[in-house]
Amino acid sequence: MKVAAATGGGLILGFHWNGAGASAMEVLTKDSLSAVNHRFNSYLSIAPDGVITILSPNPELGQNIKTSFPLIVAEELDADWSKVKVLQAPLDPANFERQVTGGSGAVPHSWERLRKAGATARHMLIEAAAKKWNVPASSLTAEKSIVIHKSSGRKANYGELATAAAAIPVPTDVKLKDIKDFKLIGTPVRNVDNHEMITGKPLYGLDFHREGMLIAMVQRPTAFGMKIKSVDIAAAKAMPGIVDVVTFNNNVAVVGKSTWQVMKARKALKVEYEKDGAIESTADHDRLFKELLDSGNATVRRKDGDVDAAFKSAAKVIRSEYQCPFLSHAPLEPMNFFAHVREDGVELVGPTQTPDRARNDTAKLLGISPDKITVEMTRLGGGFGRRLQSDYVIDAVEVSRAVKAPVKVVWTREDDMTAGIYRPAVRYRFEAALDAKGNMIGYKLRGVGINAGNSTREDNFPSGAVDNLLIDSIDHQSPITTGAWRAPITNFLAFAEQSFLDEVAHAVKKDPVQFRLELLDRAKTSPVGAIRYDIDRMKAVIQLAAEKSGWGKKPNVAQGFSVYFSHRSYVAQVAEIEMKNNNPVLKKIYAAADCGIVVNMSGAKQQVTGGIVDGFGHAMFGKLTFKNGEPEQKNFNSYKLIRMKEIPEVEVHFVDNGIDPTGLGEPALPPTGGAVANAIFKATGKRLRNQPFMQEEEMKGVNLGEKL
Amino acid sequence: MAKYKLQINGRTHEVDVDADTPLLWVLRDNLGLVGTKYGCGIAQCGACTVHLNGAAVRSCVMPVSAVREGKITTIEGLSEKGNHPVQLAWDEVDVPQCGYCQAGQIMTAAALLAKNPKPSAEEIDNAMNGNICRCGTYHRIREAVVLASNKMK
Repeated sequence: MKVAAATGGGLILGFHWNGAGASAMEVLTKDSLSAVNHRFNSYLSIAPDGVITILSPNPELGQNIKTSFPLIVAEELDADWSKVKVLQAPLDPANFERQVTGGSGAVPHSWERLRKAGATARHMLIEAAAKKWNVPASSLTAEKSIVIHKSSGRKANYGELATAAAAIPVPTDVKLKDIKDFKLIGTPVRNVDNHEMITGKPLYGLDFHREGMLIAMVQRPTAFGMKIKSVDIAAAKAMPGIVDVVTFNNNVAVVGKSTWQVMKARKALKVEYEKDGAIESTADHDRLFKELLDSGNATVRRKDGDVDAAFKSAAKVIRSEYQCPFLSHAPLEPMNFFAHVREDGVELVGPTQTPDRARNDTAKLLGISPDKITVEMTRLGGGFGRRLQSDYVIDAVEVSRAVKAPVKVVWTREDDMTAGIYRPAVRYRFEAALDAKGNMIGYKLRGVGINAGNSTREDNFPSGAVDNLLIDSIDHQSPITTGAWRAPITNFLAFAEQSFLDEVAHAVKKDPVQFRLELLDRAKTSPVGAIRYDIDRMKAVIQLAAEKSGWGKKPNVAQGFSVYFSHRSYVAQVAEIEMKNNNPVLKKIYAAADCGIVVNMSGAKQQVTGGIVDGFGHAMFGKLTFKNGEPEQKNFNSYKLIRMKEIPEVEVHFVDNGIDPTGLGEPALPPTGGAVANAIFKATGKRLRNQPFMQEEEMKGVNLGEKL
Repeated sequence: MAKYKLQINGRTHEVDVDADTPLLWVLRDNLGLVGTKYGCGIAQCGACTVHLNGAAVRSCVMPVSAVREGKITTIEGLSEKGNHPVQLAWDEVDVPQCGYCQAGQIMTAAALLAKNPKPSAEEIDNAMNGNICRCGTYHRIREAVVLASNKMK
């Protein structure tokens, strides 16, 4: 079992309770403490002074599982939360599964096993007390790290019992709490790392320091579709503080003693590039979208009934197209990673959402066993899907190998914004066939993406509620690289779909909420094909959002509605616009979320609010364009992120349904654009079909917020 | 390279760097004060905010040669134990998500309140607007500034 240093002294012992069965403890002394710290499973240890240490296995990027994971353990353990310390676990696939941060999956995946871990330790502590006092375990209760024998008034705290508890046979089956008995889960709990963040402690990859390490910056081709033609490193290499200049693939790395010296030397590099593939501009993409929408080579994603017949017989056909640009993830901490490639192995330290991939890709590159590579995860200054990749990790490995020294690779903001792995640009065409009574009898959706893969989500609502349906997609391969961006594909598709449904509702003169509820009832009573969303959960958030926002009951307020299902959770939103001097002002967004049981009410509320700010900001402003393969925006002066003056008020509500947690990292983002655009239509009669909204013709002269 | 004597968090530091080295990198690379962050390098995001004689400045565009006798305060020196009213408010409101922008946010807020202890909502927005939070914790930042203002009588 790995031994890790405990915070503030003390020890950790380990045994595999899901391995050999019998405990095999190792006692280590640290400082003058002869304290014995017992580790009950991979997740926790208890010190004689009562301090409970819990390892958080997943990378932390602000989704705050570093607080919610331990909270779940502490709940079942009946621990005094103030005595719980959380440590970031290193990469350790033997003891932890799924050390990945992405897909809003951390809490759902670990919910049950975390609860079991806490309950198991609690069981053992109670048995230890029962033995000590010679009373039946059933006569004992536990609360805030204390075991109590009510009838005699005897008490013992967890620290006192820890040693004896470790000798108790590990139970194979433990009873978990009734959710109505939760004391911690569902309450607002402060982020365990607040103090460190607020006092500027070194937490992030960019902060990592190792004595003797070198700093490296990597020059990549300035445009996609280019490769190196010639490199002249002489001037750069001669500059002060520079140790070496190395090339690998199409990259030139400047390596030196300090960041600023390396930044300056890198500007002295003379690199010539030449064409190595398609050189594309945004104008090419715009043209390509329109061509491909009409071409016949689409991959069918879902087909129900006979759309051709439905559209032929339709009384009315509504057709609209929607388009989004590429986006940078732009986490505020730019890409960076530390690597030390040695004869006997590799040490990796830095921000990654996929430490296992970092290790495996490094192993592949170097032709060594992954066993020889350690990965320490620093806190991430944002991820949003960008750090699922290992490209910047490999940068560090390549350079460290080349210069035979520990190296930290640092990307500038310009590097970060121009190096690719973008949210892909996509254009959608929606079509609805209506019969004479205004029923939607046919529905077609085609997505044309640039390196987007399947740009549709064919089983999402309203699939299953329409008799005749066809969803297909076409993908254009481009040298411009793309990757998963928070709520992949749905981060724009949801806006397009929810706006289109609003267009249909408007055409048939139906209230937008009522229109959706009727479709859902249709899907429930006579489903068409597979239904892969939970109709009741979707209805519940719709109804909650409508209720909390007073939907339809505010005469001087233009409301827009949107609902979406992504990553196992459901979120409905109502955006409200008031007119001020003939100018629409976005005042407020209501959100109703169903993520099952809410673990940390404070973290969850911010996750929804933050997802809305993220969705709104990018819908309004985000745009990355290309000229001859080169990104035209390279920093925040030309690539606009939302700021404090531009946010609407946000009010968050959660559905209380007691189901196991279903995830909250992404689901609040997708519905946002649709709610706002639908409110804009209600207020102004103008339909927005492209993002960013602020660059649309319809928004010229519109100041969406007094503060904008 | 030249030698510069800098007053930082109440202590004198001597560094040997190029005159055009931004204070940000002197703090981070030469002095190990990594609480001040790099986010953009062009004074657009505010993550690098420190105090120069009490006023908020973006250290990423301040050459070390321009600091001279100025008194620099970084996040590490804002308080002894992280108990500046702004820091306490940040914890009470549970502001941070990833946390990377927050040192810069706190420094900007502390400078604002030092100069204007009872700012209006508009004054808070104006002062804080230069600080980007990619995770979108703006509502809580605002709330924490108001809370700190109320506590600083």
